[in-house]
Amino acid sequence: MGFLNLFSKTGAAVQRLPSGSMTVDRDGNVVATTVSSAYPPELLHEIAVEVLRLFREARTAQIPLAEFNLHFASLRITAREMRGGAIVFLSPKTESTTSSPN
Amino acid sequence: MESHHKILLLDDDPDVLELYKDILAQLPSHPEVHTATTGARALALLDAEPFRLLICDLKMPRMDGLQVLSIVRRRVPEVRTVVLTGVPDEEFRSRAYALGVDLFWLKPETQQNMQMFLECLESLLGRDATAGFRGVQSKSLMDIIQMECLSQSSTVLRITRGALVGKIWMVEGELIHAETEGAVGEAAFQRILEWRSGTFENLPPEPDHERTINKPAHVLLLEMAQAMDETANPGAAGAGEELDHRKTVWKLSALTREGAEWIVSVPEKGVPEGWGTQAAEESAKWMRQAGELCKRLSERLEAGPLSHIEGCCLERRLILLPWEKKTFLLSWPPNWEAHRMVEQSKQIVASWDS
Repeated sequence: MGFLNLFSKTGAAVQRLPSGSMTVDRDGNVVATTVSSAYPPELLHEIAVEVLRLFREARTAQIPLAEFNLHFASLRITAREMRGGAIVFLSPKTESTTSSPN
Repeated sequence: MESHHKILLLDDDPDVLELYKDILAQLPSHPEVHTATTGARALALLDAEPFRLLICDLKMPRMDGLQVLSIVRRRVPEVRTVVLTGVPDEEFRSRAYALGVDLFWLKPETQQNMQMFLECLESLLGRDATAGFRGVQSKSLMDIIQMECLSQSSTVLRITRGALVGKIWMVEGELIHAETEGAVGEAAFQRILEWRSGTFENLPPEPDHERTINKPAHVLLLEMAQAMDETANPGAAGAGEELDHRKTVWKLSALTREGAEWIVSVPEKGVPEGWGTQAAEESAKWMRQAGELCKRLSERLEAGPLSHIEGCCLERRLILLPWEKKTFLLSWPPNWEAHRMVEQSKQIVASWDS
């Protein structure tokens, strides 16, 4: 039966965009999340770290932010600063969700 | 030898002329006062020698004051004109101002009124007569149009220079049409702006007039300023400064008009610039950091290029917008609607370097 493996595809892995929310602590650790467990946790952690860095660098530049939205072509990242961390919303963009909810 | 300004007094009553001649001779600038009892004589004097000021009665036989003034406006547009009349008629007043007179004054009946009249005359005598448009002291036509644009006026500007007449249509601060000497649109606008002096008046707006000018007003004005500076002072250092000044005024006015508080622009390489903020350097540093951070996130998450960043705090809302080879950061009031803010930011940025 091994010859059937000749026809099986190894499959080019298309990375899915994260969808859901997560609460992160001051060190970027994900405390709670609704993002699918299939999504790589290390990527979620990277997002958390970058989000906290953006808040911190803005504060240093005398532009303290309470909230921001990063609008990428296919993903919106909304982050609200919370005491000791942040809550982050990850929303893949579809044709019907191109505008900000604010 | 010290030269004195010349004033021409026109009135059909010789007694009035004598009286005012004595009074005007006491002005601090000690003007040379000439008199005429008819419009024809006044026009002949104005043709023969330069006068700074014409003071004209309205009711006169054969040629009335308004007729004289309309001829004077065409033949000697540089002379200042004052109507001095005993007729308190609002129609005459508006007709006189429509002809471009500098001052309409009822013959003074009190000492206080006479004193105010003399002060006005002294002020008119003191103005520079070499250039500028009547009605706004020492301002070029470009300045006048710029002011109309900044105040988002809707009007028709009728500009007269001797026998030349031009009209510029404006709707809510935007130039939509111009006409002069058979030219229309941008060509007409450029011809009118080349006039160095004259008179102008504001006519009622015509918002439904056909639009022949589609370029933004500030772009046209900057192009004209540049062309005129280069023609007048080829290679002069002042020309560039004047252009820079106009650009700065336009950029700040664009911000104000849209309601934004300040803007910082950061080129890929080079020095950041800020308008309306003293903290351009700090903001630019964060903008670069944010740009790098978003680039990393975009690559890691395969989320596509960054469109923009919206940020908010209690004091303001911010938009970071990459645009061509620059990144812009705009500050908006905290209650500004997010969607509107993004669209307005894009509009400002799109015309920023034009």
